[in-house]
Amino acid sequence: MIAPVLSVRNLVTEFDTRAGTVTAVDGVSLDVGPGEVLGIVGESGSGKTITGFSILGLIDKPGRIAGGEVLLNGQDLRTLPEAAMQKLRGDRIAMIFQDPMMTLNPVLRIDTQMVETIRAHRDVSPARARDMAAEALGLVGIPSPVERLRTYPHEMSGGMRQRVVIAIALMLEPDLIIADEPTTALDVTIQSQILSEMQRLLAARKTALIWITHDLTVVAGLAHRVAVMYAGRIVETGPVDDLLDRPAHPYTQGLISSIPSSVPRGERLVPIKGMTPSLISLPRGCAFAPRCPRASETCHNARPEAEDISEARSLRCFHPLEMAQ
Amino acid sequence: MIAYLIRRFGQALLVMAVMATIVFFGLYAVGNPVDLLINPEADLAEQEETIRRLGLDKPIHIQFGYFLAGLTQGDLGTSFVHNRPALELILSRLPATLELAFMGILIAVILGIPLGMIAGLKPDAPYSRFIMAGSVVGFSTPNFWQGLMLIMLFAVFLGWLPAGGRGETVDVLGIPVSFLTWDGLSHLILPAVNVAIYKMSLVIRLTRAGTAEIVHQDYVKYARARGLSPRRVVGVHVLKNILIPVVTVLGLETGNVIAFAVVTETVFAWPGIGKLLIDSIGLLDRPVVVAYLMLTVFLFVMINLVVDIAYSALDPRVRVKRGKA
Amino acid sequence: MSIAADTPLRRFAVDFLRSPTAVIAGLGLLAIALAAIFAGVIAPQNPYDLAQIDIFDGSLEPGSEGFNGFKYWLGSDEQGRDMLSAMIYGLRISLMVSFIAVSSAVAIGMVLGLLAAWRGGTVESIIMRAVDIQLSFPALLVALLLLAALGKGVDKVIIALILVQWAYFARTVRAAALVEIRKDYVTAARAAALPPSRILFGHVLPNVMPPVLVIATVQVANAISIEASLSFLGVGVPITQPSLGLLIANGFDYLLSGRYWISFYPGVALLVTLVCINVVADHVRDILNPRLQR
Repeated sequence: MIAPVLSVRNLVTEFDTRAGTVTAVDGVSLDVGPGEVLGIVGESGSGKTITGFSILGLIDKPGRIAGGEVLLNGQDLRTLPEAAMQKLRGDRIAMIFQDPMMTLNPVLRIDTQMVETIRAHRDVSPARARDMAAEALGLVGIPSPVERLRTYPHEMSGGMRQRVVIAIALMLEPDLIIADEPTTALDVTIQSQILSEMQRLLAARKTALIWITHDLTVVAGLAHRVAVMYAGRIVETGPVDDLLDRPAHPYTQGLISSIPSSVPRGERLVPIKGMTPSLISLPRGCAFAPRCPRASETCHNARPEAEDISEARSLRCFHPLEMAQ
Repeated sequence: MIAYLIRRFGQALLVMAVMATIVFFGLYAVGNPVDLLINPEADLAEQEETIRRLGLDKPIHIQFGYFLAGLTQGDLGTSFVHNRPALELILSRLPATLELAFMGILIAVILGIPLGMIAGLKPDAPYSRFIMAGSVVGFSTPNFWQGLMLIMLFAVFLGWLPAGGRGETVDVLGIPVSFLTWDGLSHLILPAVNVAIYKMSLVIRLTRAGTAEIVHQDYVKYARARGLSPRRVVGVHVLKNILIPVVTVLGLETGNVIAFAVVTETVFAWPGIGKLLIDSIGLLDRPVVVAYLMLTVFLFVMINLVVDIAYSALDPRVRVKRGKA
Repeated sequence: MSIAADTPLRRFAVDFLRSPTAVIAGLGLLAIALAAIFAGVIAPQNPYDLAQIDIFDGSLEPGSEGFNGFKYWLGSDEQGRDMLSAMIYGLRISLMVSFIAVSSAVAIGMVLGLLAAWRGGTVESIIMRAVDIQLSFPALLVALLLLAALGKGVDKVIIALILVQWAYFARTVRAAALVEIRKDYVTAARAAALPPSRILFGHVLPNVMPPVLVIATVQVANAISIEASLSFLGVGVPITQPSLGLLIANGFDYLLSGRYWISFYPGVALLVTLVCINVVADHVRDILNPRLQR
């Protein structure tokens, strides 16, 4: 197996709140190889976004990374001083946020924001940085990039803004891109355009990609592997086709049955019963147990550990579904 | 835009007319300036000559008629006390007030914005609490008493700075200024600080509130995720967004500074238009009071316009709206 | 949160008591108000009873004793008046002037604000235009010019303060009332043909009170400050009814000769009063501001 670009081991991120300490990311482990796309799927509040920020070391008070390792090309980022982390962000690891309207600074022009990113990491002249920025905009399919550089974010459409953000992410040819729901705020047609654009660009560069989303259908079309998160933990991982065809965790099964296209026309959708648990008052046992149709006494009292169920898959469940063909 | 300007000027004219009329008749009702002006030892003929020269022998409505007639020719009347055209008298004092006001605002901005940002970035740090407590006190301290205390401390007890007056001035483009000579500057410091403290407290409060809100915006986190230095994030991304409300409020406050200069000028015997106003009210010098009033109303309207323009220059989003409207 | 939040008032009290600074400021304010109300009982001397003051005790330093053994804790002025007593009486005048002015401004502003919100159209645009104009000029300057025209006097200061403050309340009440009036219960009351006065004062008014109270608190501080400034400038209260501001002004002349206490202590009293009010107002605003609620 090729050495992974990013390897996360037992990552724990906690937040101190008035009501006590909340573990938002609880023992997350994952690997992404060069050119590989890993989808992290979960409901809002499952800790998937915090996982992304933890990898970048961007957890603000009252939060803190309480344990685990984040290895980028074999180097543990958690031992790096802040100055070195800063060099790394945007250069080796780039991030794309959910809402492009909110992520680009409204009072700064596009060129300012692109040039400052380049010059934070590369020792080039402002003129050269502008050329690089224009080139990057052209690459993501923005027409007349040189004129576009002079505009403000609010003068662009949502899809156009997200292309700018993708251009910024790709510009410095990072090893890893973390994309947090990058297409959720867009129209479906724009969304699919951007998805196929991303696939093309990443494949050519061998960039690793972590795609964080709540939408299993997006993952199905894009990712090579999937990690399903629930209440701060990864409950199941595996190759995308295998996992979607033969889910082992009841929660994964539930997610799949909630997708309209997963059931034949005319049949009822099967929603997951109950609500996402509050991280402040998690059950003692498996966090999904209260909503799980297969839960037993054990599930309510003990937390399942992650186990490898096949060469490529792992699972946290006492009573997995039969993985029959 | 034109309609907007016309409306603003219309309002200003209305206010000028109403206030000028009230003050004109009010001052007439309060007392007779002749009693204060005329040398009691002068003989009757001389006294009558003075009264006639000032136009005070006519009934009030005739005097008002003369005043209106003068207005149509841009004549705001002649000071009873100084025997000079009132407008000319005020304009000769205006530079002193403007110098004081701008110096005060300059100090307030240079110190207030960084302090407010510190307090907004680390709201729980002891020094931030200290800054905020200081700003509440600065906000609450009566301006005139604060001036007295500055005099007491720095002029009477320590003897470092003069207690009042303007000191030596130098002409720049025909306008006398203090800050270019050491003597002038030493006279300017205390009054300028007195003007600055209240404004600074205001700037600190605004900046802190703005900073605390802006640091949680996605674009700030995104700027950090791109590997920008903290200095760049705070100094460009946060600061530029904060400047919008701060400049707006400060601009509107410029008028207030000129109004409150009345207090500071009285305390420090600073020969600006505020001191002139108070002296003129005391001596019932009606033409000067009325002319002051009309000039400040005009000044206010101009300031509001400039602020509007500055606001749209800072916020590109407003610019677009105006352009379309 | 496990606190039983039964009523809005109870919740407000709980939130308020959570901040020690606000509690201290609130208690300080209470003490100041009581001192002002019971000035005649608390003050060691009646500073305006000529029989009680002795010109030979003039300009004594703080802590000195007079000829008849009277202790001048905060010194005396040039006429032998006990500064502590003069301050307590001055505080009374300062607080009374601002309180009457702000209550009247609240009443006027509230009626005009409700009227604007309810009637709309021309009535609303006239009222709101007047508000805009009023608020675009600094209160101190308008009050100063008005007093120049009206002459000195406690009543005149109050009139000037009302004239510069009503607009804040009219604007706030109109904005809050517009939100209320659009709600279903008002539509229902209108459909039931309840008289407008009953709808406005019985239903709408209670809902617009919270923001009005916050602004009123801040405006009391402003009124005290403006009154003091006006009196200092010589256009405020007359010499026979000196407020804290006038006491400070009287001490101005003696400051340069080192007799600091005549101006210093009344200023401290003024400052403490204003800080207490502003701290309480800040805190009340934070509690009532839904954006800050977690």
